Amino acid sequence: MTRQTQIKKSLALGTPYVWLTSGAVAFCMILVIGVIGLITVRGAVHFWPKPIVMLNMTAEVSEERVMGEIAGTEVVSASLLKEQGIMVPDGLNSIKRLLIKTGNRKLNGVDFKWFNETDYIAGIEIPSNATVVEREEWGNFYGFINSIKENGQVIKPKTSLLDELDKRLTRRHLLVEEIRAIENSDMQKLNGKVERLRLESRRLELKGESKNGQSQLFIEAQLTEIQKKYEFLNNKLRTLYKKIQRDQVELLTGNGVSVLLDMRDIVRVYQPNNMSFGDKLIHYFEKVFEFVSEEPREANTEGGIFPAIFGTVVMVLLMSVFVTPFGVVAAVYLNEYAGQGALTRAIRIAVNNLAGVPSVVYGVFGLGFFVYFVGGSIDDLFYPEVAPAPKFGTPGLIWSSLTLAILTVPVVIVSTEEGLRRIPRNLREGSLALGATKAETLMRTVLPMATPAMMTGLILAVARAAGEVAPLMMVGVVKLAPSLPIDGTFPFIHMERKFMHMGFHIYDVGFQSPNVEAARPLVYATSFLLIIIIISLNMTAITVRNHLRDKYNASDT
Amino acid sequence: MSVIEFKKKKNGEKEHSSRNKSRLFKDAIFGAFMGVGGVSVIGAILLIFFYLGYVVVPLFASAKIEFSTSFNIDSNAKILASSVDEYSEVVFSVHSDGSLVFSSVPDKKPLVKELIAGGKLLTKKITAVSSGDPESRVMVIGTEDGVAYLLKTNYEISYPNDVREITPSIIYPAGELPLKIDEKNQPIVKISGQFAEENGAIAAVTSDNRLLMTYISVSSSFLSDELDISYETIKVTDITNPVSFLKLDVNQNTLVLVTSDGVMSTYDVAYKENIELIDRVSVVTGEEKVTDITFLSSGLSIIVGSSSGAVSQWGAVRDINNIYSLEKIREFDPMPAAILKLAPEYYRKGFGVLDVNRNLSIYHATANKRVALINDIGTNPVNLTFCPRSKNIQVNHDNSEISFYAIKNEHPEISLNALWGKVWYESRQEPEYIWQSSAANSDFEPKFSLTPLVFGTIKATIYSLLFAAPLAIFGAVYTAYFMAPAMRRVVKPTIEIMEALPTVILGFLAGLWFAPFVEKNLSGFFLSILAIPLSTIIMALIWPKMPRFIKQTFPEGWESLLLIPIICIAIWFALYLGVEVEMAFFDGNLPHWLSVNYDIGYDQRNSLVVGIAIGFAVIPTIFSISEDAVYGVPRSLTNGSLALGATPWQTVYRVILLTASPGIFSACMIGMGRAVGETMIVLMATGNTPIMDMNIFEGFRALSANIAVEMPESAVGSTHYRILFLAALFLFLVTFAVNTISEIVRQRLRVKYANL
Repeated sequence: MTRQTQIKKSLALGTPYVWLTSGAVAFCMILVIGVIGLITVRGAVHFWPKPIVMLNMTAEVSEERVMGEIAGTEVVSASLLKEQGIMVPDGLNSIKRLLIKTGNRKLNGVDFKWFNETDYIAGIEIPSNATVVEREEWGNFYGFINSIKENGQVIKPKTSLLDELDKRLTRRHLLVEEIRAIENSDMQKLNGKVERLRLESRRLELKGESKNGQSQLFIEAQLTEIQKKYEFLNNKLRTLYKKIQRDQVELLTGNGVSVLLDMRDIVRVYQPNNMSFGDKLIHYFEKVFEFVSEEPREANTEGGIFPAIFGTVVMVLLMSVFVTPFGVVAAVYLNEYAGQGALTRAIRIAVNNLAGVPSVVYGVFGLGFFVYFVGGSIDDLFYPEVAPAPKFGTPGLIWSSLTLAILTVPVVIVSTEEGLRRIPRNLREGSLALGATKAETLMRTVLPMATPAMMTGLILAVARAAGEVAPLMMVGVVKLAPSLPIDGTFPFIHMERKFMHMGFHIYDVGFQSPNVEAARPLVYATSFLLIIIIISLNMTAITVRNHLRDKYNASDT
Repeated sequence: MSVIEFKKKKNGEKEHSSRNKSRLFKDAIFGAFMGVGGVSVIGAILLIFFYLGYVVVPLFASAKIEFSTSFNIDSNAKILASSVDEYSEVVFSVHSDGSLVFSSVPDKKPLVKELIAGGKLLTKKITAVSSGDPESRVMVIGTEDGVAYLLKTNYEISYPNDVREITPSIIYPAGELPLKIDEKNQPIVKISGQFAEENGAIAAVTSDNRLLMTYISVSSSFLSDELDISYETIKVTDITNPVSFLKLDVNQNTLVLVTSDGVMSTYDVAYKENIELIDRVSVVTGEEKVTDITFLSSGLSIIVGSSSGAVSQWGAVRDINNIYSLEKIREFDPMPAAILKLAPEYYRKGFGVLDVNRNLSIYHATANKRVALINDIGTNPVNLTFCPRSKNIQVNHDNSEISFYAIKNEHPEISLNALWGKVWYESRQEPEYIWQSSAANSDFEPKFSLTPLVFGTIKATIYSLLFAAPLAIFGAVYTAYFMAPAMRRVVKPTIEIMEALPTVILGFLAGLWFAPFVEKNLSGFFLSILAIPLSTIIMALIWPKMPRFIKQTFPEGWESLLLIPIICIAIWFALYLGVEVEMAFFDGNLPHWLSVNYDIGYDQRNSLVVGIAIGFAVIPTIFSISEDAVYGVPRSLTNGSLALGATPWQTVYRVILLTASPGIFSACMIGMGRAVGETMIVLMATGNTPIMDMNIFEGFRALSANIAVEMPESAVGSTHYRILFLAALFLFLVTFAVNTISEIVRQRLRVKYANL
């Protein structure tokens, strides 16, 4: 047999085609694993401390030394660089270049900069004392600690400068916590009270009570009281601010420029090149903890995403409260009460298909119906005093939950119905034969048995809701919410507030942020967290469903 | 059924224990609750459809004009011109005896009466009056001795005792003194003027047919309240034919002049040093006469009415050499009789038309339609004015009577053609499909063509299905038919997990990771499209030659597992080769090379990237449903085929695919439904520019992304808002229809399998 005939035979048998189809499966698997892997690697690696490098530049470059983290490398063709007006030595076809996160944005104007390999002298230095300073504002600072100043005086610490700095940083964190407690909790409560009193007064005014009425005067008195408290808090704050301004630290950049940083703005100081593996591990988990528990800083490009996680969870929980009873009632009605005619079949198909309607359509509906129509009417009827600023007639938490409830109710209906259908007929008949009414049969026998199916539906609904963004953009999500939807001020759960959401956070930080390059790692980290949540929810649903199937397949026989 | 029997029996036994009664009562209550609850939940879901429709319907409601009120201005002299305040409560009229009258509309009586410039100065007859831009409320009056007055109505609004009170007054922005337009003191026969902030301009034609332009500049001095007024008159040209119409646009840039022979000339009068003729065309044919002209709001196009009742829109159109020419933009439905008067709307591109048979119509230019028409509007109408908020239109009759007609005209700019067809927008060179819903300036003509958006959606759907459908269907066939059950148990849920991935993450990856990656490795990307199938085929051909122990490690049904590393290597190799190929043939940058040599534009976030990203999101849908369909093909059929000697592939090709084709079809339909509605990926991975171009390397704007971007900013109840609802309704209907069809197909298939 010659090679050619062999190939022909093989083609006739179709083996290569079979392999092609298996190749399609393999490729799909690569896609899934690749995407999840990519996000996992990028998202999880972000918090690991990276070494700080120092590049010694060649004579032609204005800067002497450049310090920072390597953020990427690439190979560019020489012709492209020439077109951009960059000189390339002859004989080189392509050039490797490094993307360095140079930090020190206040000095350099940019965070990230490309350096061609021709720009710096080969051999990258890794200076052991290089220090990273994470700040409240202006991003990271890279340099060497020179001295620490207290009230403008250089102090001579007994231990190393870094240890001394850490000690003073702990003091700073405690002070910041105190300040935050006052600003975010005490003052906010007072503000809430003032706002409530203002509305109360306006309401009375609308009712026709004069400015000098009994209750108006009472409100006036309360306001003065609050004003006093406010003054007191303000004084407290002032002393705290004075305290926190005590320390300063002087750092030298790679080029030897001295920079004075206020300790007040410093979040964390570390020397990655000196860290042992254990130190790095501790640093890693600290950063991860900060990520899930802190508020964002610097237009969401740094710090944590706690408000987004919190917002997502609250919204999803509220949605579950709406979607579960509605979905179950509709499913029970369709399966147990409605006559199984053509109409019910049509409704079933319709409900099923609603799951396939684009989510953005639900968003439009939510905005038009819930926010403007229902919310607007609530404002007109119950809160005339807030006009013209709307209270419920504007996107908010409750409308987001309701919109997503409508979006996910088909999932719950379909899943619950499937569960109801799987319950063997003889169980129902047994219950009825023993004298139970239909309601009793349902409540005591059928529904408890269908609980896992309802759970599956609910979990799938939650997983879908957690990942939806398009409708939420219209009905209540914002990039930066001033306060959480649940807090210490009356009535504690603020249904009308706008909130932050992890999915929207990804969109916003990744695409609307002024400093995309700096924000990107955080977006990967957020995506990673969201994927973990959603995949684990789905896995739970699948497990519950499979468990359910096995159970009833067994009881059928 | 068992329930009913059970109940009957209970009743039959006549056990009247209260416990049983309450149980039955509870049962009934529970049933009723479920019924009401179930129906209302389902109703609430279906409400979406009706609510969307409820918002959309007013878009297509026709406009109405109704007579509201009329009264006589208390003056013996004829009305030369008139205007109305913003609330349609005060009418201002200029009379032939030089008196200026403000009259209250609700009270039907005069409020303020005065003479021009206090009466001292005007001793001569008024020969020409015209209103400037309605928004600026400017009027110019020309007299028989070549003098002009520029005046402006002003309405102070105050709220004494919470009741709105309007106090009208007259302001002379260029001073009370008359402006001496003509040195030769010839009577002014036509006049038109504008004034804004500190600069004004007046165009005038004298009785001896000279065209004059007067430029006024007013500056207030720092020290006193006095205005420093200076003006200069320039003779533009001599006109041979008598001038019938003269109009200066609101920006004081363009002057339009129509002579009695129906020739329209436009002059560029922006700079007094450099006045030049733009173009001169005849705007009527044969015996027709031009009977009125008007600028549309913003002054970019001119409406011309003729003695035959024809109404047409003209505008200056710039060609590729930057030369302007006057072109007829569109022709409207003619009026029943000769046109008498035209009046523009304030902020929209609409205008009112009055003909000599006393028919009154409202047209909209962009939509190219007559919005409303009423007949018989009282005796001898002579003039027509829109009220600022377009809620009323005012008609002057020659016996100093004024009548008001209420207009209900919410969305005149919408017509079938405006939404789907090519429309010639102002200052564009030709009819185009454009979506541009808002702009910074207020005189903007909204461009609501849904065509580019639908085109974008179709483009996204096509490219994503091209990527997803083959992969998903082939994958489904293999998984259902060839794959080892142990592997299938892992593969199927893994691919189905893909469906749960939030699209915002896919969009983020597509936009910020994949798009730059593809741009950098474009050749490598295309090489891997070749390399992936090639590597599997090579694997298929050399597999029989493999040593036995390797073959035993991967028994039949596990080929995919083996192929995963092979394909990874192939992709890596293709990317590596791609860099070299790009260096060698394409100057190291294929996108750049394409645009230089073949003029193919390349956006970093393009349809290719979006297609793959949406494809990724759609694969699990198509895969899962077609896998079910293939898996469900009865074994008897395949076994029969195999027993008759067909190879496994022949069985797949001739038996399985054929039998399962309805299922695969419905899988593709559902996948398509998902691709059509995909929002976040499209939003994040394209440039969102509404262009119509099938080029795979350029972006687009899809319906869904457009809704997500623009919805939060649109004003409730506005045309824009309703059009976005229309887009949502469109998406809803398309996906709903597609899903229903595929669902029905699948149900039939299930019945078919059961019968086989």
